[in-house]
Amino acid sequence: MTLRRFHQASWNEPLLSELSSPGERGLIPPEVELELAAAAGDPLGDVPAGLRRSVAPRLPECSQPRILRHYLRLSQETLGADVNIHLGLGTCTMKYSPKVNEELIRSHKVADLHPRQAEETVQGMLEVFHRFELMLCEISGLDRFTFQPAGGSQGVYANARMIRSYHAARGEGARDEIITTIFSHPCDGAAPATTGYKVITVYAGEDGYPEPEAIRRAVSERTAGLMITNPEDTGLFNPHIEEIVKIVHDAGGLCHYDQANANGILGITRAREAGFDLCQFNLHKTFSSPHCSMGMPVGACGVTAELAPYLPLPTVEFDGSRYRLDYDRPQSIGKIRAFHGVPATVVRSFAWVLNLGAEGLREVAHAAVLNNNYLASRLAGVPGIDVSFGDSNPAHRLEQIRYTLAQLAQDTGVGTLDVARRSADFGVAAYFTSHEPWIVPEPMTLEPSESYSRADLDEYAEIIAEIAREAYEHPEQATDSPQRSTVHRMDQAPHDDPERWALTWRAYERKRRRHAEPAA
Amino acid sequence: MRDPSPAHPYIPNSAPGIQRAMLDEIGAEHIEELYGSIPARLRVPGLLDLPSPLRSEYGLRRHVSGVLERNQSCAERLSFLGGGCWPHYVPAVCDEIVNRSEFLTAYYGDTYGDHGKMQALFEYASLLGELVECDAVSQPTYDWGAAAATAICMAARITGRGVALVPESTGLGRRSLIEGYCAPWVKLEWIAFDSESGLLELEAIRDRLSDETACVYLEMPSFLGTIETQAAEIASLARAAGALTVVGVDPSSLGVLEAPPRYGADIVCGELQPLGIHMHYGGGLAGFVASNDSEQYVSEYPMFLIGVGHTEAEGEYAFGEVVWERTSYVQRADSKEYTGTTQNLWAIAAGAYLALLGPSGLTELGRGIAQRARYAAARIGELPGVAAPALSAPFFKEFVVDFGQTGRSVAEINHALLQRGIFGGLDLSSEYPQLGQSALVCVTEVHTKPDIDRFVSELAEVLR
Repeated sequence: MTLRRFHQASWNEPLLSELSSPGERGLIPPEVELELAAAAGDPLGDVPAGLRRSVAPRLPECSQPRILRHYLRLSQETLGADVNIHLGLGTCTMKYSPKVNEELIRSHKVADLHPRQAEETVQGMLEVFHRFELMLCEISGLDRFTFQPAGGSQGVYANARMIRSYHAARGEGARDEIITTIFSHPCDGAAPATTGYKVITVYAGEDGYPEPEAIRRAVSERTAGLMITNPEDTGLFNPHIEEIVKIVHDAGGLCHYDQANANGILGITRAREAGFDLCQFNLHKTFSSPHCSMGMPVGACGVTAELAPYLPLPTVEFDGSRYRLDYDRPQSIGKIRAFHGVPATVVRSFAWVLNLGAEGLREVAHAAVLNNNYLASRLAGVPGIDVSFGDSNPAHRLEQIRYTLAQLAQDTGVGTLDVARRSADFGVAAYFTSHEPWIVPEPMTLEPSESYSRADLDEYAEIIAEIAREAYEHPEQATDSPQRSTVHRMDQAPHDDPERWALTWRAYERKRRRHAEPAA
Repeated sequence: MRDPSPAHPYIPNSAPGIQRAMLDEIGAEHIEELYGSIPARLRVPGLLDLPSPLRSEYGLRRHVSGVLERNQSCAERLSFLGGGCWPHYVPAVCDEIVNRSEFLTAYYGDTYGDHGKMQALFEYASLLGELVECDAVSQPTYDWGAAAATAICMAARITGRGVALVPESTGLGRRSLIEGYCAPWVKLEWIAFDSESGLLELEAIRDRLSDETACVYLEMPSFLGTIETQAAEIASLARAAGALTVVGVDPSSLGVLEAPPRYGADIVCGELQPLGIHMHYGGGLAGFVASNDSEQYVSEYPMFLIGVGHTEAEGEYAFGEVVWERTSYVQRADSKEYTGTTQNLWAIAAGAYLALLGPSGLTELGRGIAQRARYAAARIGELPGVAAPALSAPFFKEFVVDFGQTGRSVAEINHALLQRGIFGGLDLSSEYPQLGQSALVCVTEVHTKPDIDRFVSELAEVLR
């Protein structure tokens, strides 16, 4: 296969503040009728002088076409999933987000709804919530769902809060420990910690997953629950998951199943059968809603009937003819996100499941797992690259694999960060290495979802193979990369230096001025 | 003849022939073999019980549009609802930008693959930084409530103190968010507001401030729409007690209201939704936190922070994560607060919005909103038995209307208005019983004089 000749857009586009041209305008706000203005008088005359804006904000002055051109150049300098073979972002489940679903949510029937409208004016939206809840109950086997958490981490946080309320209601508030695992998502430790829990992290055994014995050692009368991903970041499904859940249950804890990336197991295996009490799906991952530059996410949280009283306020109820919001839930944990979360994303995912049906969802899982194993077989012959825990555990990985480039680094001095950066020269976004800490040395995590064709997988494998070849023959091509991307290698040091870091243009200018001044 | 089981359009490798070839490459007989690690008793027997699929794009679109058609939107009705999510005009350029495929479908890409996204996010922070006059601006958090909760927790860590004074006029929803989030870390003491003026009770603040107070939190404007005219005094009381001042803002007011640090704010937080983002049934919300950029403050931010830097090439900017080690992605179980995917697309919209409006546009916007709101309040206040504005403090775009003397409940009034195609003000009667039968009316730049006049005349009819 010949690799494509690629060069990323590189506009060397200045910052808006540098584009400012005094006097230009980008937009005229709606004009005030003269009669209204006369009647209103000085609308802020009663505001103390010290609270009225004294210096106009130092915003840029730019015409509308220049602003649009600026942002479209920036968009061209961005490799979204629509543009590139985005399978390098393991754990993120990059997949096709159907355009028809975007058309649906851009309608004023979604975009221009106010969250406090009367129930009778949002029956369509509430119907989508209700019907999608039923779908996710079937997909997970759990009994109730909330779509309020606006993100996977916030979903895990909501579930940690529900675990806390459950124990408190039973007079078991002394349970103050959550158990998680090192290959679970970092938020499975961070979110319960934010609610005040002490968190115990269990490491993987030789086979690459936490062993029941390790969980048994971690539980005690202080155990509030377990928050675990499965398959974990390694792509390994833990065959002992049921036993692990039982150990935690026997100790009096609850079990949360982080199913942010459930792509390989849709319609294959569910939270219910494994005994979980709570779970969360990321609609912006498994359920196809676009990732929005890290925006518009939903962490859909499922619970058993026993935990349903603790769900955030409100729930959506249906009496057979009318949908309503139920705020009369005294045991609820309250609000997790303002109003109803990110409803447009619920609409998108509802449409996605409705389009696929049960067979289609299983096809998604099959294709995701097939693609992953196919890519692994294509990478198997590439020198210096191995599957983590490959020697000790020959089981097929499901939807993703954490590879290790340790051998490559040892042989050539080219590390995984170099390879990732170099891959941007071939038209694919730098891949995801690993969550911290790097248990697997020189990691590379790939997740080729169902959206990629065999030809896509071949191309991606060839890119990685080419970079590995370069590493052995001309290592500087990787270490000096990127060369055909938007920008060249960045100096990271200023971002960790309080004297030089600049989170805004005003800070940058101030610090630059200070450096430019000769020492007194 | 119709293909009985066509490959799925979203799934290239759902075609049977392709699957066979790929399995041969893997050396597996059947896809089932790849699931060998899942115990049989955990497997779903057969198919899930889901509705029959709507496989054609047309059929799907027709069905879902039909369901959504049952909604009545603020584009087809005249709405005066605010209270944390507001109807503002969304410029066409903002929609064009956030609907660009590249921004819409990017995710976690970094300095190299997603340079443009990183620059757009840095520019959002830069322009918001000008609006609030702060050198450090966070990447978005979930909403104003989340931003306020984090700002309060940051203040507690910065001061090493554990109590925050928070106004009762914060709104129930936001109060629930702040309360639930802060509970393990900060004790909240609620400050009453004067039900005549809407202003905070200064004496209560003076009495409660102690060497345990981490911060005083106040909103500008408050959930009830009022401008806290004692803000500078409150901030100086806090400072004298060694506490910080955290100010929550609606940025659409900042063309006419002062940048909070100028009246004593140490940390600024608030909501981005007014800046070029559709309401989306509340999905348009995104919060932010801002402050000085000293190490002491920056270290306490849980969110992503993007900074500008340079590459090996002369004159080339690049953008990277500032102190990545802070975040829960590295700290995991040792995190102070978690972070994750939030609302970055809206930050891109907000940056574009601020660029479009520029300094003059923002001033004109703020003034125009205030004029309309003042006009509306005066007109509504002319109706018999109706007090508007019911609180005497100055206000920006929202104001309380007291219907107590009309003998009618807000619920009745709003129901009747709905029949006339109007979404009346937010019913405050259960949320703020001390305000009686009151509603919070929101007026912005989208409301014309005829809109306001129609509201007033329909209201007069309803109350007759």
